[in-house]
Amino acid sequence: MSVDAGQAALHAEWTKFRTVAGPAWLLAGVIALTVPVGAAADSAAQCSSAACGIDPAKVSFTGVYLGQAVVAVAGVLAIGNEYSTGMVTLSLTAMPRRLTWLFAKAAVLTGPVLIAAVLAVAGSALAGRLILPGHGFTPAHRYASLTAAADYRAALGAALYLTLIALLSLGAAAAVRDSAAAIGLVLGVLYLFPLAAAVISNVPISRHLQQIGPLPAGLDAQATTGLQNMPLTPWQGLGVVALWAAGALLVGALLLKFQRCVTSGRG
Amino acid sequence: MTVERESFWCLVHAEWTKLRTVPGWVLAVLVTIVAIPAFAFLAADVSGGCTQSSGGHATACPAPLTGPGGEPVSDAFYFAHQAVTGNGTITAQVTSLTGQVPAVPAGEVADGPGGQPWFKAGIIVKENTSQGSAYAAMMVTGAHGVRMQWDYVNDTPGLAGNVSAAAPRWLRLVRDGDTISGYDSADGTHWTLVGTAALPRLTSIVQAGLFAAAPSGGDSTTDTGVFRHVGLSWPATGWTGINVGGTGPNGVPLPGSLRQNAGTITVTGSGDISPAVGNTGSVDSLQRALTGTFFGLIPLIVVAAMFITAEYRRGLIRVSLTAAPRRGRLLAAKAVAIGAAGFAAGLVAATLALALGTPALRQSGIPLWPASLPTEARMVVGTGALLAVAAVLALAIGTIVRRSAPAIAAVIVVIFVPYLLALGPLQGANGEAPLWPLQITPAAALSVQQAIPEFSQVIAVYRPNAGFYPLAPWAGLAVECAWAAGALALAYYLLRRRDA
Repeated sequence: MSVDAGQAALHAEWTKFRTVAGPAWLLAGVIALTVPVGAAADSAAQCSSAACGIDPAKVSFTGVYLGQAVVAVAGVLAIGNEYSTGMVTLSLTAMPRRLTWLFAKAAVLTGPVLIAAVLAVAGSALAGRLILPGHGFTPAHRYASLTAAADYRAALGAALYLTLIALLSLGAAAAVRDSAAAIGLVLGVLYLFPLAAAVISNVPISRHLQQIGPLPAGLDAQATTGLQNMPLTPWQGLGVVALWAAGALLVGALLLKFQRCVTSGRG
Repeated sequence: MTVERESFWCLVHAEWTKLRTVPGWVLAVLVTIVAIPAFAFLAADVSGGCTQSSGGHATACPAPLTGPGGEPVSDAFYFAHQAVTGNGTITAQVTSLTGQVPAVPAGEVADGPGGQPWFKAGIIVKENTSQGSAYAAMMVTGAHGVRMQWDYVNDTPGLAGNVSAAAPRWLRLVRDGDTISGYDSADGTHWTLVGTAALPRLTSIVQAGLFAAAPSGGDSTTDTGVFRHVGLSWPATGWTGINVGGTGPNGVPLPGSLRQNAGTITVTGSGDISPAVGNTGSVDSLQRALTGTFFGLIPLIVVAAMFITAEYRRGLIRVSLTAAPRRGRLLAAKAVAIGAAGFAAGLVAATLALALGTPALRQSGIPLWPASLPTEARMVVGTGALLAVAAVLALAIGTIVRRSAPAIAAVIVVIFVPYLLALGPLQGANGEAPLWPLQITPAAALSVQQAIPEFSQVIAVYRPNAGFYPLAPWAGLAVECAWAAGALALAYYLLRRRDA
């Protein structure tokens, strides 16, 4: 791929992205859903003793449970819309290198999603910082300041998690070429692992499910307390999510490259 | 042709034809039907839960102790008993009930008041002295007044208020054939019937006497009941004290004693006489066999939303509305078609899941709580209804937003996230996740799959991951129906108001 072609692809995709209303609304929705849910969880939490064992970061970032669904919709639609409108034919006629097209889309999606994720996470962290000390999360209960290095690491983990989920969704949509099937697939992968882990009584299998599922692994990246009891360390957790995103993009790229008819998507 | 066009059922038939002629949609509904029974095996720990415990060392699964109804029970208490023949009456006055709770080691958190509200001592008539046999008992409790309990699962309140020397409680059990009636009295003169137990397993000779039981997490907690004016209508043969249950979970003999002194009998005991529910690993719920419902919901929701959004995308909606100009009827016909598909899929899938999952759960080593036929029927029909209503909700949301991905995401989120939040990440004042997400969202409908009743007389962990839901089965389904009805109403309003 020449530098020019890559730049042109990026520019074209960026123009598409910024000139339709959908993505902006969705990214605003990420913030609008994540922050209030986190604030509500902060208000409901109560730490009555030094042994209450509640992770303030996990409480603050409860909204990520919902916010990631909006991120997933944004990721799926970034490519699903092309298939459902038939635009994909035009795009690939103008840009015959399919992988350039896919990676330009991924690049154009990453920036705005990362910004929205950082805003959502920062808002959640700020809400936690304001609300939690009034609910027993005080130095007396061994919660130093909520601004320790671990808290910043947890916030970074939450923001990167949301961004990786967008890329996972983009890859899934490229692979199945159908928005509806892709969103079902992505949300199934996200939500079914922790559900299965919770109801399975076999402890080793349950722990493995928590290690390989992107949502439980991503939650490990957002933790600040009880790290030694987690199935994964925070960075390992983020690594698992990154592997999921990379895997989805790889499968999407391979299918896109080797399938013959781009318009056969059921859309 | 005009007549046909006007008939609602022709419209339903047309929508049904649309549904069943799209291969991908049929495939997705089939995935729903297959996924639910497939995951019945996942939830069942076929490797044997108890052989995996205690740090990798294989421990044999203890044979589950079952009561007269086949349900897993706890039956350990101190029993001052004598054999009695035929009909008769036992009466006693209880003047005190005190607990002896071991001190909590420094640094550890006491597990609440340690089950003290359900400390119990009183009179009992029992089939024999072996664990799990039939019984009926009148007792005073730590904080729940006088109770009559029989055959482990039954509990009826009598006089309220705690027992003391100033406020003694008189208890009486009357045996008449297979029937035992319990009475209580504050003064020993005026008696009130508390309950009547039918115990068909009783033989002519039964054991009657006094008992004490102190439910708690540890073995060393005991409680002591002080009895006076103990009277038998049968010929008295003297009291024998034994520990029913013998040893605790660690093989240590359970504490307990019988002391007789000038008209006063003092009985000290530990353990509990109760259904074995709620504590991790003690009993399994048949609801586990339906865990796959979550897996089955996703393809069904995808199809249900696409059932309308695909029409918008392809412009087919204009053709559909030309053929059926009354838009509400079109929406209703679609709801009937997709709801019927969801109901049928849920019915088949849940029947298969229970048929396959029950033996798998039996193998897992954890005693399975027996579900009655009406309970199983409710679980199967309820799962069908849960899926049907979820499909209608997805159709309605799809009509409102007219786009597949946001509609599907919204419906999955309102059903899945509340359940996930009730499992853990939300923290309430007591350190446990609040259960309101499972009371006000469509996820409340999962309560229709509850297989074990909650027993108010047993302090235990009644949490969703153990198969206990905050709402009654049909009430939970009603919450989901309310959501679907509200979404349908909004969808109808928007469908009429907007251009197609």
